[in-house]
Amino acid sequence: MRHLLSTGDLSREQAVTILDTAAAMAATQAREIKKLPTLRGRTVVNLFFEDSTRTRISFETAAKRLSADVINFSAKGSSVSKGESLKDTAQTLQAMGADAVVIRHHASGAPHRLAASRWTDGAVVNAGDGTHQHPTQALLDAYTLRRHLIGLHGGADPTGRDLDGLRVAIVGDVLHSRVARSNVQLLHTLGAQVTLVAPPTLLPVGVESWTADVSYHLDEVLAQGPDAVMMLRVQRERMGGGGFFPSPWEYTRGYGLDARRLAQLPEHTIVMHPGPMNRGLEISADAADSPRSVVVEQVANGVAVRMAVLYLVLSGQDQTAGDLVAGQIGAHA
Amino acid sequence: MTTTLITGARLLGEDVADVLVEDGRIAAIGATATAARHDVVVPADGLVMLPGLVDLHTHLREPGREDAETIWSGTRAAALGGFTCVHAMANTNPVQDTAGVVEQVWRLGRDAGWVDVHPVGAVTVGLAGTQLAELGAMAASAARVRIFSDDGKCVHDPVVMRRALEYAKAFDGVIAQHSQEPGLTASSQMHEGIVSAELGLTGWPAVAEEAIIARDVLLAGHVGSRLHVLHLSTAGSVDIVRWAKARGIDVTAEATPHHLFLTDELVRGYDPVFKVNPPLRTAADVEAVRAGLADGTIDTVGTDHAPHPREDKDCEWAAAAFGMTGLETALSVVQAAMVDTGRMTWADVARVMSFTPAAIGRVADQGRPIEVGEPANLTLVDPAARRVVTAQDQATASLNTPFGGMELPGRVVATFLHGRATVLEGRLVEHEGARR
Repeated sequence: MRHLLSTGDLSREQAVTILDTAAAMAATQAREIKKLPTLRGRTVVNLFFEDSTRTRISFETAAKRLSADVINFSAKGSSVSKGESLKDTAQTLQAMGADAVVIRHHASGAPHRLAASRWTDGAVVNAGDGTHQHPTQALLDAYTLRRHLIGLHGGADPTGRDLDGLRVAIVGDVLHSRVARSNVQLLHTLGAQVTLVAPPTLLPVGVESWTADVSYHLDEVLAQGPDAVMMLRVQRERMGGGGFFPSPWEYTRGYGLDARRLAQLPEHTIVMHPGPMNRGLEISADAADSPRSVVVEQVANGVAVRMAVLYLVLSGQDQTAGDLVAGQIGAHA
Repeated sequence: MTTTLITGARLLGEDVADVLVEDGRIAAIGATATAARHDVVVPADGLVMLPGLVDLHTHLREPGREDAETIWSGTRAAALGGFTCVHAMANTNPVQDTAGVVEQVWRLGRDAGWVDVHPVGAVTVGLAGTQLAELGAMAASAARVRIFSDDGKCVHDPVVMRRALEYAKAFDGVIAQHSQEPGLTASSQMHEGIVSAELGLTGWPAVAEEAIIARDVLLAGHVGSRLHVLHLSTAGSVDIVRWAKARGIDVTAEATPHHLFLTDELVRGYDPVFKVNPPLRTAADVEAVRAGLADGTIDTVGTDHAPHPREDKDCEWAAAAFGMTGLETALSVVQAAMVDTGRMTWADVARVMSFTPAAIGRVADQGRPIEVGEPANLTLVDPAARRVVTAQDQATASLNTPFGGMELPGRVVATFLHGRATVLEGRLVEHEGARR
């Protein structure tokens, strides 16, 4: 795996390899000394053109746990705010010897430009681009789904397994969501059935071509007993000028996950949210803090998944988890 | 003046005849030409002779953006593309919204001497869409402006559009509309559909073009004025124009080479060389635009040649400028899309790229039939040639051709402007008295 730009580029085998690698990484994180020497001497640049403390810290933690040198480059207070182009920024980082560039950008496709251009030789990892993709978020979601729901009734080890047969509802602002786009592609590749739930104004024209069912009615979808419900953040500013919905209260009535809706769900159903949550809008405190909620665990899994991704792009090959545990990670740890 | 005998060309792709050019005009055709005294022979066996091409839609960028193109570089590109006349769009800086600016552009075009440059006048002051520019003064100026357009922006206020359509009647002008409903296209980046949904780029829906065209044909019908629809790009737009023509409304429409040839699938790589306004549409739209051009619903092919400096394309998609160069590839693309597919003859090409655009622009000495006594604005094209487009090899000062690396059919071998060769053997012929 040279770069990670879009979950649409991943085969089932590659995706399972990442999840298995993440599981191996997670296992090392239970040790007293969490740091692995795997990427010692390699440099990872976090190139953030958009504020995202959570994602940046997650990538930074992942890289540091693998002993990589980490440079954080954020647009605020940097030459970027003085009008430096993406190209010049990338070339500057290249000159400093970046082995991998983790990029968050407000423009859809910016990581593709970086990977396709000769601006940098480093591996490019997409940490969220515009309203396009956020592949490590989808991978951590898939990892979380697998951990909770695969091998559920036998406690079997999910290593090597995909998400075959799982039913996942993704609810909210699909139109503006890179998380939704990444998850629809990845979860389908892994064999899950995705249903998108949103008011028609928050679904893109062309959604009918996606590998997902679409519903405008949350209660109908919940009544079908999905295995997981993933709530998307709804930005309050979406209601301004030519608003996408009439009021936050109407949105919450139609699409918010509250105690009443939570109570309808089967016992095993988990509740997910990529964060940060708008409590009281798309998710009530009852739902966010319920035992079904795996929101906090998603954050923890994010570090393991990002360790796996950084390891795989910088090792330049698709190793299986077995190789990893027996080989590189185990040998150095 | 030099007397030139062009031998063996197929006139409009039909019969072979020798053509004698003398004193800027066609002096003889056929046996009398062959026998006549001449100074120079241009052998043209196997070539097609067309009337010099006329573009109603060229961005020459001067004054103001000489880093992208100048009238000198842009008109050299035009000559190489087989053009003898281009209409320079008004969105320069300063805007071509006064007699002074249009006369400057017209004069720079004459001084360069590569093609006839006819400036387009802005419809509204500063292209702001609120107050009519002095259309009458531009029409009465030395530039004799007949086409008015805020191209790049839509005259979207219906009252301003109505007044412009009415007012231009006094001097036989035409309003050339950039049909784009601004509210429906706020921050839009590409065609809204399956590809935009997946790429997460804000959509530019077909309806934003079609709604304005529908309104404008109704307005033009209501006030009895001429309307020219620029860069029509959707299947629905073709239907609306077809309907309007059937109702007897005086509307003409243009398609660009890129909307005849390229689709939104190309955006998947996020290379801004494919970023253009209106955006590349679907394969079904391309098919409808081809059908509309073939059946006469669409009247002209205009290049919408839109050069941009490298830094405006060498960046992420959202930061990039809209636009593509096209003067040096237009004829080849039309050949590939329409002639080689059997949908149009070379005579049809002459109609949509020369006769009709000249008629719409009221240019008396361009787009004339190849007949004795007519001005010798002529283009020789080798339809059997094939070439790979290389951005760096073009005469335009910018590199943003979407056809780079593609092999296209046809090559312009020679261009004659009022009897003088501007291009011979596919190369520019430098001439004395040319002023940059």
